[in-house]
Amino acid sequence: MSESIIPESELEEVELYHPKSWWTEKVFSQDAKLIAIQYGLTAFAIGFVALVLSWFMRIQIAFPEMAIISEGTYYQFITMHGMIMVVYLLTALFLGAFGNYLIPLMVGARDMVFPYLNMVSYWTYLVAVLVLFVSFFTPGGPTGAGWTLYPPQAILGGTPGQETGIVLMLVSLCIFIVGFTMGGLNYVITVLQARTRGMTLMRMPLTVWGIFTATVLALFAFPALFVSAVMMLFDKLLMTSFFMPALVEFGENLSYGGGSPILFQHLFWFFGHPEVYIVALPAFGIVSDLISIHARKNIFGFRMMVWAIVGIGALSFIVWAHHMYVSGMNPYFGFFFATTTLIIAVPTALKVYNWILTLWKGNIHLTIPMLFCLGFIVTFLNGGLTGLFLGNVIVDVPLSDTYFVVAHFHMVMGIAPVLVILGAIYHWYPLITGKMLHDGMGRFHFWITFVGSYLIYFPMHYLGFIGVPRRYYEMGQTEALYTSSAADLNVFITIAALAVGFAQLVFIYNVFWSAKNGKVAEKNPWKSTSLEWQTPEQPPIHGNFGKELPVVYRWAYDYSVPGAEDDFIPQDVPNEKVKLAEGYTELGVEKT
Amino acid sequence: MVPFILLLLIIGSVLFHLYTPWYSTPIASNWGSIDSTIELTFWMTGIVYILVLGFMTYCVVKFKNTKNRKADYEPESKKAEVILTVLTTIGVAGLLAPGLIVWDDYVSPPEEAMPIEAMGQQWYWNFRLPGEDGILGTTDARNISADNPFGMNENDPNGKDDILIEGDTLHLEHDKPVKFLLRSIDVLHNFYVPQFRAKMDLVPGMVTFYWIKPTVTGNYEILCAELCGVGHHAMRGEVQVDNTNDYQDWLNDQLTFEAIQEQAMLDREEKLAFNKSN
Repeated sequence: MSESIIPESELEEVELYHPKSWWTEKVFSQDAKLIAIQYGLTAFAIGFVALVLSWFMRIQIAFPEMAIISEGTYYQFITMHGMIMVVYLLTALFLGAFGNYLIPLMVGARDMVFPYLNMVSYWTYLVAVLVLFVSFFTPGGPTGAGWTLYPPQAILGGTPGQETGIVLMLVSLCIFIVGFTMGGLNYVITVLQARTRGMTLMRMPLTVWGIFTATVLALFAFPALFVSAVMMLFDKLLMTSFFMPALVEFGENLSYGGGSPILFQHLFWFFGHPEVYIVALPAFGIVSDLISIHARKNIFGFRMMVWAIVGIGALSFIVWAHHMYVSGMNPYFGFFFATTTLIIAVPTALKVYNWILTLWKGNIHLTIPMLFCLGFIVTFLNGGLTGLFLGNVIVDVPLSDTYFVVAHFHMVMGIAPVLVILGAIYHWYPLITGKMLHDGMGRFHFWITFVGSYLIYFPMHYLGFIGVPRRYYEMGQTEALYTSSAADLNVFITIAALAVGFAQLVFIYNVFWSAKNGKVAEKNPWKSTSLEWQTPEQPPIHGNFGKELPVVYRWAYDYSVPGAEDDFIPQDVPNEKVKLAEGYTELGVEKT
Repeated sequence: MVPFILLLLIIGSVLFHLYTPWYSTPIASNWGSIDSTIELTFWMTGIVYILVLGFMTYCVVKFKNTKNRKADYEPESKKAEVILTVLTTIGVAGLLAPGLIVWDDYVSPPEEAMPIEAMGQQWYWNFRLPGEDGILGTTDARNISADNPFGMNENDPNGKDDILIEGDTLHLEHDKPVKFLLRSIDVLHNFYVPQFRAKMDLVPGMVTFYWIKPTVTGNYEILCAELCGVGHHAMRGEVQVDNTNDYQDWLNDQLTFEAIQEQAMLDREEKLAFNKSN
């Protein structure tokens, strides 16, 4: 609530690039908002492919006698499903789409600091997606090495797609990382350098904090994936032995020797674990803002929330080997990584507490975005707690590589962030399109997605307790383990999965239908304080903020401030302009 | 409607856990301590799950928007944050400490454990017992050939009496600790027997290990638990835990590396002689 002196602007504003033709305005646009939409649509398109792959996988698991897909195809589908969802959908969506749309608007900038680079970032990402997609149509098909791409298997003959699929996968990842780096530098520098006057770091909404920190993580983590992809390409194409020891392929001695498969795993997870937080931190940030806005209450413990985001981000770089407890690495690593992993649970738990304490004594509007937030808390808490099983090294031993793991990571980094993404779309759709999404379809979509996902993944943990291994094309005859009732459970899970899939079709229909037929959104429909809703036009146009950039006088969480007439005070409204409620002489001070 | 469904979800999850027909297989090794750590984790996390979600549901009921409702304005509470941090830290430490103690046990095989090699290849299991000297001979992936599928070093005297079991059931003696030495000749695999609760990857180029003491006689399935190509799901094997007599009977029927080599030599000579006579 406190005000500080607003500094004078130190630099003249620089003129933005103005598009000169239809092409530079609508296609090769340098406007972060359009780039965001391009990122979002591309990510959703390829993500939809990954969703359809999962339907085939689920049908195969539930009805193995149908053999709807072959073994090779099954392994190709699990690989592509995983990689697309983690990298090409979630990362691209949170950073490329939400980052681009929200960062400049929320910090009060006209655009990203390097608009041209920003444009190139998207087109590079599109090339990466296309290269990956093309691998479906090459001889041998896409790689079936599992999304973790562990060598030696990834580049040997027993794995589908070892002819070209694996090469295209690695090349596509490299292109993705190049594209991401261009965008990522933009997001970081925009946050650090282009905030408007008065927008101190501690006044930034948590959405920006989450995306900013995640981008910093990604800039540190992706290079590890980049080098491992390049080294594996060398092993595959030039017969080097970075990751390849002396080995035998179906009775034939190969010329490899001296490399270390475990080295790859270290590099992969040095990227792969921060990657979890690259997806989670923006979700944390966004969900914090949505809860606060729709509960009409300031986020509880804002400073703690910021430090938790930063702390989790830092810790995420020293926990990677908890993915490798049973990899054969030196067993004494287990002590260290189990400890760091369980330490990370503390700031994470605090975030959960603070979300719920934000609801406490709030004024909770059960809007669709709020429903998705509640769904997020349930699934994230569930997935976080099962993380305490898998992070505690000895408990991981029986559960590792079983369906428990599949259930855990889908709950915590699949469903939970996706619920936030969906909630965020319902929340910001009016800003982006000027229309409201259809409420009835939205509620239908929420309930099927949330309850359906819970019914998929909650019972799935128990298949893991039995000991059913993941990545099995079929279980076959294993009466001691995979009883007929366990098989029935898999049928149930598949039905739930197909229902959730169907609900997403309703959502897609809603997005397109409402763009044309939706109710016109009133200005700032959720009565939000943050700057993106305070633009002169809704949707905001190129340059975002009319003639003068906004000046920020307060944090983003002035909801239900005692003494104010409205239950929110936008960030760009100074104290003297706040309309006081009856009986107050100034904010927080009642007439005596 | 919203709090009702949330409540249903919490109660449903608890009931599901209590009445699930799908839970761990009966344990057949010494790793009951692993099961206990899981049990402990279940209790702690389960209580947190119920409390946190229960409180959230309460908030949704109690602080739902009504016409004149106004939210409180309370930016932070140091006290609440400190209390919650301390409680969470204690809870986490309470999970970690027993976990690390059991892990220490898991990675410290007892002296008397018999070394047994489990060797994985796409997509089946081979085993090697150390023979009378109690020492496994050295191997090298480069030695592998049709005549020497284990890649044994023929000059290593320790390897002569090694017992080789190719693509067949491994027998273990009841109540005798074994240290599995895990080796792969091609890609990653994982030697996993659900009833033993233990697993570890096999990594080409190195030897990994874990130890168990089989405590229940019977027949158990080995499932590969690390993706190893299209045949991954079919890479099964069998372990049979025998009482001492049955185990000795089985052991006496097995061939040593030396015996297999001699047999191969005899076969070759016979073949040669047969070819000559024709």
